[in-house]
Amino acid sequence: MSRPRRKLHRNRAPGPAGRRAHPAPASGGGTAGRGGVRPVALASQAAGAGRAGTKRPANSIDTGRWAKPPVELAMHGLFLLCGLLAVAAVLFMTVYMVASGGPVIAKVGPGAFLFGRTWDPEKMRFGILPMILASLAATFGAILIALPTGILAAVFLAKLAPPRVAAVLRALVDLLAGIPSVVYGLLGALLIMPLIFRLQTALGLPTRGSLLAAILLLVIMILPTIISVSETAIRSVPAPYEDAALALGSTRLQSIFKVIVPAARSGIAAGTVLGTGRAIGEAMAVIMVAGNAAILPELLKPVRLLTASIPLEWAYSGGLHRDALYGIGLTLFVFIMIINIVLNRMLKKGGVSLDS
Amino acid sequence: MTMEAIRTEAVRAGDVRLYTEDLHLHYGDVHALKGINMEIRGHHVTALIGPSGCGKSTCLKTLNRMNDVVPRVRITGSVVLDGEDVYGKAVDVTVLRRKVGMVFQAPNPFPMSVYDNIAYGPRVHGIRRRIVLDEIVERSLVGAALWDEVKDRLKKPALSLSGGQQQRLCIARALATGPEVLLMDEPTSALDPISTLKIEELMAQLKRDYSIVIVTHNMQQAARISDYTAFFLLGELVECDRTDRMFASPRDRRTEDYITGRFG
Repeated sequence: MSRPRRKLHRNRAPGPAGRRAHPAPASGGGTAGRGGVRPVALASQAAGAGRAGTKRPANSIDTGRWAKPPVELAMHGLFLLCGLLAVAAVLFMTVYMVASGGPVIAKVGPGAFLFGRTWDPEKMRFGILPMILASLAATFGAILIALPTGILAAVFLAKLAPPRVAAVLRALVDLLAGIPSVVYGLLGALLIMPLIFRLQTALGLPTRGSLLAAILLLVIMILPTIISVSETAIRSVPAPYEDAALALGSTRLQSIFKVIVPAARSGIAAGTVLGTGRAIGEAMAVIMVAGNAAILPELLKPVRLLTASIPLEWAYSGGLHRDALYGIGLTLFVFIMIINIVLNRMLKKGGVSLDS
Repeated sequence: MTMEAIRTEAVRAGDVRLYTEDLHLHYGDVHALKGINMEIRGHHVTALIGPSGCGKSTCLKTLNRMNDVVPRVRITGSVVLDGEDVYGKAVDVTVLRRKVGMVFQAPNPFPMSVYDNIAYGPRVHGIRRRIVLDEIVERSLVGAALWDEVKDRLKKPALSLSGGQQQRLCIARALATGPEVLLMDEPTSALDPISTLKIEELMAQLKRDYSIVIVTHNMQQAARISDYTAFFLLGELVECDRTDRMFASPRDRRTEDYITGRFG
């Protein structure tokens, strides 16, 4: 249903756009404003007037002013500048990270840096493999739990909940997305850690902080993003799909899970990308619950994420130690780049098979 | 003969597959259908005509209970399909909708392959075996006069087909659940004249195996393709008769005004 309408809009587009280039003849709008009805006649008339330099008819579309008014040009420049600012920030950061993090990696040796198992600045051992693995484990663990939970919650909000209940829940979810991460850290320290501590005690290895605590905290932190993006995607699936599914004798749930959710998958993938980005980049909250021991990750043992070393050690670091923190920053930067590119590829693939 | 007499006779003779009895429908405070008594004959095309907002689409949707999902809708009276009340307490709507298929105004194939579109209905009704599905897909596409055009691209996305092909795909999809009645809600209003013609020709074939009810805005179309016509106005069924008779000599003044183009 939406297609013909979109097409119609596209056909209409040249009309107003053509008009916008000459905003002046508002008075003559009665004739000129009908844009494109008699373009040939008007054009020849205008050209004739321009060539001869004679008086223009009162309703001429050639106003004798600039085709592009100065305000238009100035705004163009401003938009360009704003666009360049964002690009420049990325470029600058890339150059800066490579310049400051690169040398230390070269000095320690890329193999020893990325795959070294010991992080001990006092003994000049700068291996970050435990942190890389911990970051990956925490992020994928969190996505693994948050994605199915988030999709079900989004389905509930978009399709099953009574409108009033949905409105309240939606507001709460949005609120959740805006809470500072330190507050999540407090929640984790007060709620999640004691629970896991009890579990650890039962198993005989109590520690302060664990990978599991970090995962659970990240789940709570990325759920709002996944829920609200997925819900938007589910709600924007055209109603005729659902009608068709129901008319073929599907139950409500069949129509949701066999037609609507698959049709919304590119939007859900976008939510997942955002959630992943937030999870892998999160430092403050996970520092408070992860225990921060730079050892190879195990579910119930303390872990240190890539993001954690920088704020933990920055203040007292110096020399090669500080450079190593830059190296971690560069690694994190590259990681997020790779994840973004890979997930965006996957997302685009989903989008193409949906639209074609 | 009065309408009542015609109707009683037809029901007795077994010609009537589906009829409504004193059907009222309210959307909140709006009284959208006012005591509709209409019969749909087997193996014929029945056209529902009338100006916008007259209730013809609403009436069509009561036949497979697609109005159930609309909030604040209230329905009284009955719709009887092969002797059973569609609005009965023990009716499973999914079984009803399998028997009474529907094609919508704008083509709405799912964003899946041609094959998966057709196989969707049989699959949700529990058919899993590949051979059976293959057979249903082929039979449905042949039935909708689309097989020759798509048999080499069953795995291609359905949305890559042209608009007319998409609508025939939707017809094939509806045929795949093995319906007896086919409801069509202005099925050609989003299509070009050639695609429209193809669908009209298809309907002439389909009525051999199915009973068809079509809502149309286009009176020429109703005259071309239907055997019976029902004229709706402001939620009332004004007249329901054989199409040739209604267009030649309408019994009601309002019908005459409408089909001669005096309003609507």
